[in-house]
Amino acid sequence: MAAKRSGKRGFLERTTSSFVDAMEHAFYAEQMARADGLLQRLDPRVKLVGILALVVPAAASRSFMVIAALFVIAVALAALSHVPFGVLLKRVWIAVLLFTGVIALPAPFVTPGRVVYHLPGLGWNVTAQGVASAGYLVLRVETAATLCVLLVLTTPWNHVLKALRVFHVPAVMVTILGMTYRYLFLVLESAHDMFESRRSRMIGELTGRERRRVAAASAGVLLSKTFDLSNEVFLAMQSRGYRGDVSILDEFQVRRLDWAMLAAFALVSIAAFWLGQ
Amino acid sequence: MHIPDGYLSPATCAVLYGGAAPFWYVALRKTRKLLFTRLVPLISVFAAFSFVIMMFNIPIPGGTTAHPLGVGIAGIVLGPWASILALSTALFIQAFFFGDGGVTALGANCFNMAIVGSLVAWLVYRGVAGRSSITSSRRVVAAALGGYLAINGAALCAAVELGMQPHFFKSAAGAPLYAPYPLGIAIPAIMIGHLTFAGLAELMVTGGIVAYLQRANPALLRFTAPGVPMPQGEAQPPATSGWRAAKPLWTAVGLLMALVPLGLLAAGTAWGEWSVHDFSAAAARKKIAQASQNVAPPAAAPGGLARLARVWTAPFPDYSPPFVHSAAFGYILSAMFGIGIIILLSILAGWIAQKARPGPTRAPARTEET
Repeated sequence: MAAKRSGKRGFLERTTSSFVDAMEHAFYAEQMARADGLLQRLDPRVKLVGILALVVPAAASRSFMVIAALFVIAVALAALSHVPFGVLLKRVWIAVLLFTGVIALPAPFVTPGRVVYHLPGLGWNVTAQGVASAGYLVLRVETAATLCVLLVLTTPWNHVLKALRVFHVPAVMVTILGMTYRYLFLVLESAHDMFESRRSRMIGELTGRERRRVAAASAGVLLSKTFDLSNEVFLAMQSRGYRGDVSILDEFQVRRLDWAMLAAFALVSIAAFWLGQ
Repeated sequence: MHIPDGYLSPATCAVLYGGAAPFWYVALRKTRKLLFTRLVPLISVFAAFSFVIMMFNIPIPGGTTAHPLGVGIAGIVLGPWASILALSTALFIQAFFFGDGGVTALGANCFNMAIVGSLVAWLVYRGVAGRSSITSSRRVVAAALGGYLAINGAALCAAVELGMQPHFFKSAAGAPLYAPYPLGIAIPAIMIGHLTFAGLAELMVTGGIVAYLQRANPALLRFTAPGVPMPQGEAQPPATSGWRAAKPLWTAVGLLMALVPLGLLAAGTAWGEWSVHDFSAAAARKKIAQASQNVAPPAAAPGGLARLARVWTAPFPDYSPPFVHSAAFGYILSAMFGIGIIILLSILAGWIAQKARPGPTRAPARTEET
């Protein structure tokens, strides 16, 4: 939610480009999920449980080595699943470093503890505890984010949702999540078209006041469109016999590879908990 | 404000998942009863809208832009319960699919933004708008204020959660294991941005949308304005109250109160939470110096602090009433007292709202209107 200084690109351009980024991300994920790799071949339920079983010890560990080991495992899983490192580097590692790295930057100076270095000129003290805490934060966030991105990049979204039934998420919530994802792109497209058409009709600079009015009115129009859309979807569902009951087809099959990987995930997870104490 | 994985300890995440669960349960039950077959399409499409609105760049005075959260408008148009569901859905997709906000921290993010945000937005909007007409400018002010306070309420919750981490979770050597900044740093660091940029963006979006809807589509505002005559004279939505449906909520509040002793695990005095006496007592002075990178505290309490201390003496200084001798017990008692006051206030607010409403007219639910 960072506020940015508006440079050459106006708010219309920036908003449209964030819409396009989101769509691009989704298309890429769908393409990646179709590749033939280790994680892609796994049952989505095994993958969901397995990845979460690695994220939780990464979040809980008190040992750098354990978190680093989990990070290496995540990278190995990415390699076995044909997820290019370039993508991970750009989407996860650098992105996380830019955000969390900046947040962790003052920690070595403000955390009380044993002074290990005296910054010349400014006279600030660097503490061992502060450096350790910044390290913990960055390493943890990188590891958890890499694992989560792997789950999404190797699994079609509707499979991720169906896998949620393992955790007894109500069927109606799974349906809502699935439909949200489907209509997300329709709403995104409609918002994108609104901003594009507005931009194409503009010849000058808008004043601040006008820009705010455009933003609020576009949001208002989008809201009205949303409600119309939900009415139409409702009628369409009703006309196809929807009476409020939701059932989900369960087509997953756990095979030998899945059991083997589940055992591996469990083993790593327990070991990481044990060693990370 | 989307907290990523690794900033909060698993224990905090678990407590906040537990805190959010009863709200989700009640929200699902209440909206299901009210919307019935319309639940799935309405919540899904609105969640998609919430997701998209979070990508808007809102120009704020001074030439900068900020992203709104959309929690204000969700609470105002849908009411608190449906808004909790829609925003939680949007946050879920952001966390899992787009990596915005952590998976382990999802409970915390939903608690802060979807639950606290929706409830604050709705309460403030209802409270300030009162029984003014749908097209009155008072509703625009109410909406703007609701959005502003909602995002700041959510940010404050996030700041407290993050700021708690170094007090509770440290390695053997004393290095904070998670978010490294104590409450004294985390709260101002997060709140300054939200009281200004992010808060302004939310204020303008929420107020702006309500002003636009008043002109273009006032029917969308009628749901959270029961008893207010509609320009077109449409049917009123049914009143939604009932303490029974909220039972799991109170169970959760009780549970959270029982979990408060966790706070006792924190040793020492929180940074910045010194009392006037601490400045003159030798042992306490040493502690302050330790906590402040060995900068010695002033010999006497700062004048302002002493003056303020006289003006405002909390009934429970240091969280334990004077007649209680065990500090731990006093801590719990204070927490229960605090939560009790909040519960009493909400009951009072509900009672006033009930009084203000004319006889409940059981109009057909929204499901039957088509």
